[in-house]
Amino acid sequence: MEPITTITSQTTVLPLDDVDTDQIIPARFLVSTGRENLAEAAFADWRYDADGKPKRDFVLNRPESKGASILVTGNNFGCGSSREHAPWALLDYGFRAVISTDFADIFRNNALKNGLVPVIVDEAVHRWLLDNPGAEVTINLEQAELVLPDDRKVSFPIDGFARYCLVNGIDQLGFLLQQSDAISEYEQTRAWPV
Amino acid sequence: MTATSLFDKVWDHHVVVPETADTPAVLYIDLHLVHEITTPQAFGVLRDRGLPVHSTERTIATMDHATPTRPVRSLKDLQTLSTAAAAEQIVAMEKNCAEFGVKLYGFDSDNRGIVHVIGPELGATQPGKTIVCGDSHTSTHGAFGALAFGIGTTEVGHVLATQCLLQRRPRTLAIDVEGSLPAGVTSKDIILAIIGKIGVNGGTGHVIEYRGSAIRSLSMEARMTICNMSIEAGARAGMVAPDDVTYDYLAGRPLAPKGADWDKAVKRWRQLVTDDGANYDRQVSVSIDELKPMVTFGTNPGMVVGIDEAVPSDSDPGFQKALNYMQVEAGKPLLGKPVNVVFIGSCTNSRLSDLQAAADILKGHRVADGVKLLVVPGSQKVKAEAEALGIDTVIEAAGGEWRESGCSMCLGMNGDTVAPGKLSVSTSNRNFEGRQGTGARTILASPLTAAASAIRGCVADPRTTLH
Ligand code: SF4
Repeated sequence: MEPITTITSQTTVLPLDDVDTDQIIPARFLVSTGRENLAEAAFADWRYDADGKPKRDFVLNRPESKGASILVTGNNFGCGSSREHAPWALLDYGFRAVISTDFADIFRNNALKNGLVPVIVDEAVHRWLLDNPGAEVTINLEQAELVLPDDRKVSFPIDGFARYCLVNGIDQLGFLLQQSDAISEYEQTRAWPV
Repeated sequence: MTATSLFDKVWDHHVVVPETADTPAVLYIDLHLVHEITTPQAFGVLRDRGLPVHSTERTIATMDHATPTRPVRSLKDLQTLSTAAAAEQIVAMEKNCAEFGVKLYGFDSDNRGIVHVIGPELGATQPGKTIVCGDSHTSTHGAFGALAFGIGTTEVGHVLATQCLLQRRPRTLAIDVEGSLPAGVTSKDIILAIIGKIGVNGGTGHVIEYRGSAIRSLSMEARMTICNMSIEAGARAGMVAPDDVTYDYLAGRPLAPKGADWDKAVKRWRQLVTDDGANYDRQVSVSIDELKPMVTFGTNPGMVVGIDEAVPSDSDPGFQKALNYMQVEAGKPLLGKPVNVVFIGSCTNSRLSDLQAAADILKGHRVADGVKLLVVPGSQKVKAEAEALGIDTVIEAAGGEWRESGCSMCLGMNGDTVAPGKLSVSTSNRNFEGRQGTGARTILASPLTAAASAIRGCVADPRTTLH
């Protein structure tokens, strides 16, 4: 995985709470056997009408959203299913980070494993971001800080291990494979075999 | 000794390497369930790195999400009944399982079915185990006192390769459910009421333990319905301490321990109870003596009311968007709202007792004109058992369709969908926009409410439809 240190971009604002994984990528796209070519599937039912034409009023279709790689959304983003296709689709579309007040657990895990940075902010910062779509912000992953346009730095919580892996481009499977001695020992000596 | 909870006990038994400030715990996984949708990329990683499956005896595979609910006896059947992409994914699953030596309950197996139905049915789901699957409703298996949760595809790869996961210890939430269920009200209504109370993110970061007299009096199938929807409250896992109900259910199942091993296992399982004075991060209490059949009115499972209660109002734009999508009016109950489709199935409510409950209501009635009723058993075994009881005959005599097992209209991946704009009463677990098909509108309810609504042709109260 490519190391990620900072992300600087304008924001695209989708001001809805509880955006679920069926909206991020509808189930009919889950028949893929790869992780690529999912950009078109991202928010497909909100982006396109029944004839496949882009819906003009949906935020991702507006000209000002072009090229933005940071998505700001309402509370509890990514609730619902465990489909990792959700972060794959957002990444393939071009997002590198999502900012919300709170993420669903499995989505947040999946995002961290794929280099889509979930940034949790408090209500006040969230309000400001929702009220200022298109603001240029920087996510400094090494410092776990979000830098607002007035240079205000807001730190955000992120699991230290996940951050270390992202910043250094380390893949967690490699780390787990290194634990193989401990795993064998556990298998041979566990107090309570199942 | 410090008092510990059911969760603490199961977690502590599975820590291979303890967590530190810098690194998460390495947690051992006893049972890994896999299905066709969330695995191809994970098997791909193993192949790329030349890794075997670490523990094939702890891995069980089935096919459920994209599978047709018409009989598949050959590859040709599959290709005719499925889209090319779905057929390709199913074939890839067969290939991956054969190549890596994973036991697959496929089309040739009498035990195929929805992954969360077959795990318990086979007796693979057992108290005290850690169980994962690339599927959020893995929480279902917690009904047996297992720690069971959904993972993403990258983590499916981790478990295939090492039988372990990197995890931070979650917080705990005790939900005490007291009282007894009124007639016509079911465990589905209990869990919908709980989600309505704590919200769709009320359990985020937590493992729930369901406790109390009401939970103890429920069957295993009813407990599974409750644990199943823990994820709809944001919790990754829900647990119920095992008891005699659990052991009676498991005894004699194909993968359950036998003979002396069984006695030893039950002795161990009996220790899996929360000690008096154990701590939880949070606690919530619910009384069900006055509970009504519950129905959702919006586009997430927390937007829920009693069947005869008015839909609430709220000025929040998201709330308004949901009501507009559902074509529901604030201030009015859903009771009497015309419906187009009734779906009885999914890992929440497709077990024998669910189908029996629906059949008891449908018996001797006809589905209302213009309503499509689809009944999809959770597994081939449930299907066979239901047919032995004549449940299929009752459903077909009522004008309903009786199918092969699978996820079907729960997520509409296999071609079983609700048409755009149509309103469905469904026993599944998610009423998200478009979940059952693009533009489909979904009301979540119990099998009793669903069956009553099929007969009446509108959202109907099972308490007044019961024989
Ligand atoms: S029945 Fe529905 S919720 Fe359950 S596993 Fe299948 S798709 Fe998921």
